[in-house]
Amino acid sequence: MNLTPELTSIKDEIREHAVEFGLDFFETYFEMLDFDQLNEVAAYGGFPTRYPHWRFGMEYEELSKGYAYGLQKIYELVINNDPCYAYLMNCNALVDQKLVIAHVYGHSDFFKNNLWFSKTDRKMMDRMANHGTRIRRHVEKIGVEAVESFIDCALSLENLIDYHAPFIQRKPSPPAEGQENGDHGNPDGRLKSKNYMDRFINPPDVLAREKKDRESEEGKAAAFRRFPPEPEKDILGFLIENAPLEAWQRDILTIIRDEAYYFAPQGMTKIMNEGWATYWHSTMMTQRILADSEVVDYADHHSGTLGGQPGGLNPYKVGVELFRDIEDRWNKGRFGKEYDDCECLAEKRVWDTKAGLGREKIFEVRKIYNDISFIDTFLTEEFCHEHKLFVYRHNPRTGQLEISDRSFDQVKKEILFALTNMGQPFIYVVDANYANRGELYLQHRWEGIDIKFDYGVETLKNIYRVWQRPVHLETKEEGRGRLLSFDGENPTLKDLSASEG
Amino acid sequence: MAKKIDTDVRRFKKIIRGKIRKDLKKYITQGELIGRKGKHLVSIPLPRLDTPRFKFGSNRGQGVGQGEGQVGDPVPGQEESDGYGGGEETGQHLLEVEVTLQELAEILGEELELPKIQPKGKNNIVAERDKYTGIRSVGPEGLRHFKRTYKQALRRQLASGLYDPKQPIITPIREDRRYLSWKSKSSPQNNAVVIYMMDVSGSMGSEQKEVVRIESFWIDTWLRSQYKDIDVRYIVHDAAAREVDQHTFYHLRESGGTKISSAYELCNRMIDEKYPPSEWNIYPFHFSDGDNWSGKDTARCVELLEKEIFPKSNIFCYGQVKSAYGSGQFKNDLDKQFGTHEDIVTCEIPNREGILDSIKAFLGKGK
Repeated sequence: MNLTPELTSIKDEIREHAVEFGLDFFETYFEMLDFDQLNEVAAYGGFPTRYPHWRFGMEYEELSKGYAYGLQKIYELVINNDPCYAYLMNCNALVDQKLVIAHVYGHSDFFKNNLWFSKTDRKMMDRMANHGTRIRRHVEKIGVEAVESFIDCALSLENLIDYHAPFIQRKPSPPAEGQENGDHGNPDGRLKSKNYMDRFINPPDVLAREKKDRESEEGKAAAFRRFPPEPEKDILGFLIENAPLEAWQRDILTIIRDEAYYFAPQGMTKIMNEGWATYWHSTMMTQRILADSEVVDYADHHSGTLGGQPGGLNPYKVGVELFRDIEDRWNKGRFGKEYDDCECLAEKRVWDTKAGLGREKIFEVRKIYNDISFIDTFLTEEFCHEHKLFVYRHNPRTGQLEISDRSFDQVKKEILFALTNMGQPFIYVVDANYANRGELYLQHRWEGIDIKFDYGVETLKNIYRVWQRPVHLETKEEGRGRLLSFDGENPTLKDLSASEG
Repeated sequence: MAKKIDTDVRRFKKIIRGKIRKDLKKYITQGELIGRKGKHLVSIPLPRLDTPRFKFGSNRGQGVGQGEGQVGDPVPGQEESDGYGGGEETGQHLLEVEVTLQELAEILGEELELPKIQPKGKNNIVAERDKYTGIRSVGPEGLRHFKRTYKQALRRQLASGLYDPKQPIITPIREDRRYLSWKSKSSPQNNAVVIYMMDVSGSMGSEQKEVVRIESFWIDTWLRSQYKDIDVRYIVHDAAAREVDQHTFYHLRESGGTKISSAYELCNRMIDEKYPPSEWNIYPFHFSDGDNWSGKDTARCVELLEKEIFPKSNIFCYGQVKSAYGSGQFKNDLDKQFGTHEDIVTCEIPNREGILDSIKAFLGKGK
């Protein structure tokens, strides 16, 4: 920490307020950097010790140019780690530093308590440095070109992971020694139950059906053993386990995958995380910290972060407004069956049971929700109306984006769609021995939107490079089945809709 | 201090310039390079390298926004859609930055590896100019920097406890004084004239003119960065040549036949009248679609070039813009006649994408 004595005492003061408000964060270290250093750290995604790669240089160029021409400026950077690291920019005014410090405590609390972060490595600083060392070592042995180009290849598959995998055990764990039958206990698939409940928990007809299924499946399986047994979304993990790779290549894939899993929760909780931090900086600043003379500057910068472009949707703003809305609703008791069933608008408008549960509720929300469940649960029709949300659509005739719908259902659907799987297509490995020739067959779960085909081909080439046998992607184009393949030489696109009839 | 990131930046730049990792070249997203805003500013996009991923295509074109408006209204705050609509997913990554023409010329020079121009002419007058660039603690009283001196004195008095807020009197002593310091910079005083000649006969369409316009903008930008003052003259010709102003040059559409020699004659006359080659760096550029009236006229052109124009100019550049009607014969004739003569560069510009290459060909010799 290299804060000035003045800032250190301010930081201590803000920290005390944060604790008083009930925030529970990792110990947070602040580091003061100049704009250039900050751009560098930001380019590395917050980890100064990261492995060498051109894309960090690209980010840095963009940040530096943006800063030099006065287009953008980073206020702060905070790292999910224990202890938490935060970087401040030394040329910011004091009031900005206060805002940022308060904001950082909000993030730190979120990192520590939100469920979706619970499986991330809290010693990521060390691990990143470790990754850096490993990759540098590979570079020394194998050469820059080869390593870099394999990293490029790995990065192109970076998003092919299963964001929920850390929380769900998808595969049965191999039976522990001395417990041959696994955790079901009963070979006939009976679940443990109390006598009087047995009829419901193990309905005889279901048991019979399952038994039949199992037998026929076993018969089938013997004839044709599918691999992987279930469609696998963690394609990167699948490749690491099963592709014929050299040790250094496997190591690079593992590193890229580890980092992708580390960063994933930040993508899954962007609205909440920013909303939470913003909620707390505004609460602390306005109630405790601000000096009278700083109010105007604060209001200016605060509105700057929440403003955004006209017409656009700012995640900071939606997040913080939703948290405030939740707090307000729970303070006034505007939730639950009674409130929902009330059909008198006038009554609803003045509904206030003085429940006073707001604070408690938002702390609970920050603990167990992610963006999708957050929007799904707490975005209300009233909120949508009050904040003038709308769905827009590109009008090919005018070449402009036009407001197409203001109904609550559509708005919510659209936001949720954009958040699902972080706005990326769902792709699974369904068969690693396609055509019985060891070819890799991927399937895109098509939900109305096509993938970008030229990118798809390039990505397939990269998968080919890892798998070293032909690769296929089944997808759809405007609803018609397509099979995109790459056999090591030429990409092909086959029309599947014809064969479907 | 060398930064860790520098290695990555260098590597990125090398990739962008196609020096290493040529396989990545196809992922470079580039925007258009031209776009003049105001007097000195243009917006240029930054190049980026896109990593291919499985991702959604562009047929979605919808999302959620916030603000006023009825269903059917355009979303507030979007840019005027100036042909920017189609196929724009590459556009997302481009950060538009404003740069001055000076910087633009640097980028151009760097991008195309253009050599610095070696001006010719005996009258290479080098003028010295003083530039006040810094502060130092000794100097003539005339250059004393009052504010810095005051600050220094204030700082010293604060530090030594001599400052009394109730009676804020600041007395500078000798050590507090600060003076301006300067550096002498020598800048060559060279004069340059660019003479643009363009074929405006019927076969040059608006697309061809657009190519010429973009090309001459960049040539201008580069030459202006190399010379302090620059004269630009414009000549258009069909069967006869005449001088026009810039606006006319770009917007005129004549029709009729083509006699290239008429333009070269006018150009030659212009040089003789106003630009003695001993004092001027002369750059004639000629753009045409390559159709000339007759072989006889072409012979006349060759003669004019060889006897008159080459000896007087730094370099003569001929750019042939491809058009649907032009035969493109003229470039062949010139090439046959002059081969690799070092006073002439000929270049074919098939379309907009060819512009950069031809600029490199024209200016790459550093003359």
